[in-house]
Amino acid sequence: MLEHYGLIGALALIALIFPFVGVGVAWLLRPKRPDPIKNSVYECGVETIGDTWVQFRAQYYLFALIFVVFDVEIMFLFPIAVAFQRLDMMQVFYVILFVVLLADGLLYAWRKKALEWQ
Amino acid sequence: MSIVLLSILKSLALIILLLTGFAYLTYYERKLLARFHVRRGPNRAGPFGLLQPIADAVKAIFKEEIVPGHVDKLIYIVAPALSLIPALVIFAVIPIAPDLRLGGFTLQFHVADINVGLLYLAAIASVATYGIILGGWSSNNNYALLGSLRTAAQMISYELPFGLLLAAIILTTNIGREAGTLSLIEILNQPRPWWLWLWLWLAFPMFFITMLAESNRSPFDLPETENELIAGFQVEYGGIKFALFFMAEYISMITGSAIMATLFFGGWRGPFADPGTWYGPIVGFGWFFLKVVALLFVYIWVRASVPRIRYDQLLQFCWKVLTPLSIGYLVLTALIVVFVG
Repeated sequence: MLEHYGLIGALALIALIFPFVGVGVAWLLRPKRPDPIKNSVYECGVETIGDTWVQFRAQYYLFALIFVVFDVEIMFLFPIAVAFQRLDMMQVFYVILFVVLLADGLLYAWRKKALEWQ
Repeated sequence: MSIVLLSILKSLALIILLLTGFAYLTYYERKLLARFHVRRGPNRAGPFGLLQPIADAVKAIFKEEIVPGHVDKLIYIVAPALSLIPALVIFAVIPIAPDLRLGGFTLQFHVADINVGLLYLAAIASVATYGIILGGWSSNNNYALLGSLRTAAQMISYELPFGLLLAAIILTTNIGREAGTLSLIEILNQPRPWWLWLWLWLAFPMFFITMLAESNRSPFDLPETENELIAGFQVEYGGIKFALFFMAEYISMITGSAIMATLFFGGWRGPFADPGTWYGPIVGFGWFFLKVVALLFVYIWVRASVPRIRYDQLLQFCWKVLTPLSIGYLVLTALIVVFVG
């Protein structure tokens, strides 16, 4: 079983080589004639205003935060789902409690209007 | 030695298969979209335009590649590769045909059989977000940054229903067995009663929607929204680097279809796809291919029919409709497994 992770590693290495070979070949073959207009910020009609690397809206962060909480909890559900047949009544009760907490967290975020996009 | 050689050959074959699949998926999509629009689509390069993908590849390689002066160079160059690699690697655990047995030699048509297959899918699918967000950030362009932020929020949000539905599918593998499994190969080898198929197909629309959003396809192609963000995170990219982003999107479509074909439609299983025979792998791969192509047709059909939704609607739909629905589905599946299994 463990050597199969090595096989995935081999695939990842080969997959890693491929895009860099592509970029390298294109770098050798392509014409290179830079000029100030080509090197400027791409825009479509109107020039973009202000710096890009500034603070952006916190709403994205909020979603990321809720996501992290939920995603970790869902990852805990995977092993539970695999061993589901072996759980006794008490353990099933704990799992139900866990899922209820998960749903409750979603409800809380909902009530706090964290899910609204303003 | 031979196992190393075999794994390298298999990896190469898989990558070549996926890249060819990508090239002809673009052709398939353009032809189909043209049919939906009552046009002809590409028909100049070769018979029926069949050489169009090759012409596109040549163009991408020979095109002048502008690296604008304002970008963060290292990340700018690495980002397209970062977005493509997960799309290629994720296919490692999907079986594309039954085993071939010749004498004492067994050839398996998947790169790796790891016992955490579905977890691996979920994990690698999350990594794909990095390429896009780094590409958008390093471009130092307002459009690109907005596009990549949107993508990040969208992809992580839709990972929740994805994970919950995967958990429900893992639960169903408990039926009639000692324990469940995470391996896609074992899931395929396990017989399912007919009512279980029906119950799983109930989840298929939800799963399909999350896959559409995960691969940033229309109507969830908010990262690109060409009419407000020009092309989102890829706006500063050209030539082969743009092609790499493009490949990542299309290969993740293929991967998504393959995952759905395996989990919901029996993967390579079908009449005459008998494991252990000489013709089994060929017929099996044929069934797998047909199922993937049929699912890709649905992807393109949706793109041709459904208008793009607004960004707030996208997130609201995920958090207020899909996630509660999948939690409910998970709980009901657990009840079914308890009372039947």
